[in-house]
Amino acid sequence: MKHRTFFWFILPTLSAMILFIALPIVSVFIQSLFVEHEQVLVVSESCGPFGCTPTTTVDTAATAALQEEQPLGRFNGLNTYINRSHLAFAEVGEAWRNTETFGAFWKQIINLPFYRALIFTLTYTAVVTPVVIALGLAIAVGVNNLPRFLKGPSIFISLLPFLVTPLVGSLILFWMVDSDGVIGATIQRIFNDPSLSLKASTALTWTMLIVYGVWHTLPFSFITFYAGLQTVPEDTMEAAMIDGASKWQRMIHVIVPHLAPLMSFVTLMLLMDNFRVFEPIVSFKAEAHATSLSWIIYNDLRESGNPLYGSAGATSMMTIIGVVILLTPVLIRTWRDFSRKAH
Amino acid sequence: MATKAQSRIAAPAVSTKSRTRIQPLTVISLALVALWLIIAAFPFFWTFWGSFKVQSDFFSKTDWQNAIYGVNTIRQTGSPFTLEGYHGAWVDEEFWRNVINSGIVVFFTVVISLTFGTLGGYALARSGRRYAFWLLMAALVFRAMPHITLVSGYLLPFFEWNIWGILPTTIIVLVAINQPFTLWMLHSFFLNIPKDMDESAMVDGCTRFQAFRHVIIPVMWPGVITTGLFSFLLAYNDFAVTAMLLSSENETIIPAINSFLGTTQVEGKVMYAVAAVVSATAPLFVLILFFQRQIVSGLTAGAVKG
Repeated sequence: MKHRTFFWFILPTLSAMILFIALPIVSVFIQSLFVEHEQVLVVSESCGPFGCTPTTTVDTAATAALQEEQPLGRFNGLNTYINRSHLAFAEVGEAWRNTETFGAFWKQIINLPFYRALIFTLTYTAVVTPVVIALGLAIAVGVNNLPRFLKGPSIFISLLPFLVTPLVGSLILFWMVDSDGVIGATIQRIFNDPSLSLKASTALTWTMLIVYGVWHTLPFSFITFYAGLQTVPEDTMEAAMIDGASKWQRMIHVIVPHLAPLMSFVTLMLLMDNFRVFEPIVSFKAEAHATSLSWIIYNDLRESGNPLYGSAGATSMMTIIGVVILLTPVLIRTWRDFSRKAH
Repeated sequence: MATKAQSRIAAPAVSTKSRTRIQPLTVISLALVALWLIIAAFPFFWTFWGSFKVQSDFFSKTDWQNAIYGVNTIRQTGSPFTLEGYHGAWVDEEFWRNVINSGIVVFFTVVISLTFGTLGGYALARSGRRYAFWLLMAALVFRAMPHITLVSGYLLPFFEWNIWGILPTTIIVLVAINQPFTLWMLHSFFLNIPKDMDESAMVDGCTRFQAFRHVIIPVMWPGVITTGLFSFLLAYNDFAVTAMLLSSENETIIPAINSFLGTTQVEGKVMYAVAAVVSATAPLFVLILFFQRQIVSGLTAGAVKG
């Protein structure tokens, strides 16, 4: 295709992506270098019968004027990145010096907002992804063995949790595990503890969010593997059967290797989607026990009346760097494939 | 018995399948499937059923069976089913406004995304050059970025230019966020349409655009419909962008449900949210019912190529 034709064909999509994806990244970076203005304070002396006392008041008009003049705020360099709400170098250093054991150090780190979100996001991604792949494969094999007339309905039912709006899906589960909901109340009865609430403990909140994550993404891996199973070569399966391989051995030595390329695709998709976990935290109102990187950005932006653009920008930049690190192996591999094909 | 043995000799492939000795592994895997189907479907049935009850039944502290039989619903309304939740959501809280907003946003997002995406995806599929590859890689990175990171870049400029809070802004943002995915999907779809088709048209004297118009467009609809379904889902399900970029009177369904929860702590109003949630899930249910085959093929479209 000629360069010129290519350019005209790609122009609409490219300009949309440059204007609303590439430029906003630049804008996020610039924002992250600034912090909000301090309020303009006026010190005046109010004199009464018992002498004069200095009082400080906020000059709202001057603050608003300053805001108008420089909407970005004041320049702060990279300081936002290393303050307490982000990388917190000073706090981490202090914790390292003042704590004896690794456990105590960890306890201090996990109280810093950025690390708390990072640790939850990584745990969520690292637990949900392998569980979903293993269970998805198991269910795909199971559905493949079902009689034909049951396959369609089971795929239909499986698609529901995947396609449902994440916010809505997590609300549906949240109402069920609510202490008055069907699951929550049953659990209270089983343990005979009316104060037991899944929302009250950190461990239970994390479990709940991870269970939601598995419920929501399992269909994707199941359906992809199910489609892959339809392409397993009959000959190899028969040969393995004649050689006396048991069902389990055929699974491990024929089916799993055949699905390996699919597995790397599913892993990539799941990593990308799990890394941005966000809606369930809003729905479950879980922020007291679990926050994610996406959630702290959202929270900074919603700070009522006075959104913290600088802080949100810094977290966003670090999240984007995290995504790129996550994708590097894939990018390198695709690049190798491409250059091999090209030459 | 004899016929069975004969058929085994005649057609070994069939007989090995019809061997009916039940192995423990089969039982376990079937049990797992059954368990999964229950876990997948039960929350939806439960919430759908419960949306026709009053709050003290759906969130029953005394007995979970109340939510099934509706004891308190009968006591309060005289019938085991009530439409109070739906009336409250759709009439009192004016949920229909949000539905209209969602309709506008979703329709335009899908149409514009598909127009941009087919042109771009076609170009990427037919150009084997290095820059096409880099564009696809950039799209992959863009696809992986959490949407909320971009939203933090939009807010300040949008406030400055005074375009925050209105539907067109949200539509164009959703189109842009949708592009990486649409491009990848249509790109791999166009790769499956043989190059010879449009190239022979060009040998016959068509320009590239005429070849696209007369040769490619007539055969591209299956791929476009599949991609359109996923664009629909992205626009319909979005929370991060719509919650941050729309003013409260322009809210779409999903952020509206979230703000319901913030304002409706009063007794009984939780059922409004439950009814709204069921209403928001209904279109998705219909979508799966009619387009199951396309959704499945779309999910695996990128995967088959590896």
